[in-house]
Amino acid sequence: MNKNNIDIEMVKDLEDKCIDIRKNLVSFIYRIGMGHLGGELSMVEIAVGLYYKYLNYDTKNPKWEDRDRFVLSKGHCSETLYTIFSDLGMYTMDYMVEHFETLGTAEFGMHCNRKYVPAIEASGGSLGHGLPIALGMALGARKQKKNWRTFVMVGDGELNEGTNWEAIMAAGHYQLGNLVAIVDKNKLQMTGSTTEVMNLDPLDIKLEAFGWEVIEIDGNDMYSVCEALQSLPPSEPEVRRKPIFIISNTSKGKCVSFMEGNVKWHGGGIAKEQLDEALVCIEKNRKER
Amino acid sequence: MTAKVTFDFDQMLSNAREAYGEELMKMADEGLDFVFTYSDNVAPSSSTGKFIKKYPERCFNFGIAEANQVGASAGLALSGQIVFSQVFGPFLPLRAADQIHTDIAYNDVPVRLIGTHAGVTAGGGPTHNVIADLALYRAIPNLTIVVPADAGQCIKTIRASMTYPGPMIIRIARGAEPNVYVDEDYEFEIGKAIVVKEGTDLTIISTGSSVYWSMMGAKELAKKGINARVIDMHTIKPFDKEMIVKCAKETDCIVTVEEHSINGGLGGAVAEVLSEASFGGKFKRIGLPDEFAVLGDPMEIYKYYGMDPEGIAKTIIDIMDK
Repeated sequence: MNKNNIDIEMVKDLEDKCIDIRKNLVSFIYRIGMGHLGGELSMVEIAVGLYYKYLNYDTKNPKWEDRDRFVLSKGHCSETLYTIFSDLGMYTMDYMVEHFETLGTAEFGMHCNRKYVPAIEASGGSLGHGLPIALGMALGARKQKKNWRTFVMVGDGELNEGTNWEAIMAAGHYQLGNLVAIVDKNKLQMTGSTTEVMNLDPLDIKLEAFGWEVIEIDGNDMYSVCEALQSLPPSEPEVRRKPIFIISNTSKGKCVSFMEGNVKWHGGGIAKEQLDEALVCIEKNRKER
Repeated sequence: MTAKVTFDFDQMLSNAREAYGEELMKMADEGLDFVFTYSDNVAPSSSTGKFIKKYPERCFNFGIAEANQVGASAGLALSGQIVFSQVFGPFLPLRAADQIHTDIAYNDVPVRLIGTHAGVTAGGGPTHNVIADLALYRAIPNLTIVVPADAGQCIKTIRASMTYPGPMIIRIARGAEPNVYVDEDYEFEIGKAIVVKEGTDLTIISTGSSVYWSMMGAKELAKKGINARVIDMHTIKPFDKEMIVKCAKETDCIVTVEEHSINGGLGGAVAEVLSEASFGGKFKRIGLPDEFAVLGDPMEIYKYYGMDPEGIAKTIIDIMDK
């Protein structure tokens, strides 16, 4: 434990988990032949922090009423979640490969479907949908006086979509303290850097102006992620306070040197030689204990 | 049970917008659990405004942001609530099309989207006309589409929607249209068309407030000795194909009347059924033609496009060569 009451041993375990998840993820993408590795690798620490520590849910009962909700708005990065679900024992990798967009028997798709995968909160994949949906979930918790929290993850390129800003305005208006948005700010979108394509900055000032509390972190640093998620105040739906936006500064393609910061690795498959190299790269990031 | 219709009571106006607000209040008073989302167009003095004032904890205003309203309504439904959502009609189908398609229909959630001011009833010209919504909704899986003929039927729809599965569109007019039905003492089932007037010479199939104008058109036809059957096709999806096929067998002329573009709405849906059933009789779609409508009062526009009783009768007489 340290001054912020964060268990250092836990952080180390989660760091190791991120290495495992990244390796399983690239192997999964190799097997299914298609993914969005850049953004899937950048969001790993946040996803691991949530699913292995800070998200209150039950893998055995994914529709448990009082669970926290996590909406993946950057839905093209679904394979990170599937990899985590597999690691948590919900599905074997072989099962997921066999049922990935296979005509007639598919359960898993590039964009998630909540009817096929119960741990998915909202079917989607079109950008700019998750924040309004999460806003509605947080309002629903307030109306039902439920203490569960709603998390939503968006991409930085995704914030080009105007619907996000409608929802950001409304969440500020309703002072939904039970809503936490996370932007995986990996600074690249499909065809270029976010500053070139459609400048987003200064994002913190924009969000604060819309009535949100902003926490900015290094989103590929497990300790920073834990610090942010642990600092969240209790989710009291009826208390009116600012919703929280975590600006998670990350690197697209994190831990795979030939992908990192390379706009070409937005979407696509991965060849066998690239997989082998990626696995070595990722393993090199494992910290000596 | 045969529905009693206001065939001779031209002046009994119907206000579906007021009626559904009153029904929401009643249902809330009865202890039914649901939430209501709305835009910045609900007058505090309206029945819906009064409902919002009485039950503020279950009502959420989204201002002028239809896409967010529809998306958040899906989120509310995913949190376990039945959601009624009123959107100013002109900006529901097109502004929030993606959210209707993905958040509501693909997620298959119990949101009841109430689009007001159908057709040209809002006034104000083509920016505020609702002419392409049925064409869009018909092509989206999982949606149930109901177009009540009058306020009483709107109440029945709202009530029935509490136990009806999946998402639903409820398309209503501005709120100053004639009543079709004398009272609520008739059977109403989503997906089952109603014969509002029996007839043997032809069948007029209509939906929404056009049902009344169709009946008045039938009255004009009766003066010429033509006995028209009139069908209230209040549900556009699921579509009562059996009723259409039955009418096609029993009358050799079918005419549709709707306050929508003649492309892709009720007329299109009926034409598809008739075609697949190898209907060999006469068929005509009456509605808004493929152009942005002229400016004017709704009644003037109906007359201009032959959607008023005289226009409907004239078109029918022409195609029947009477």
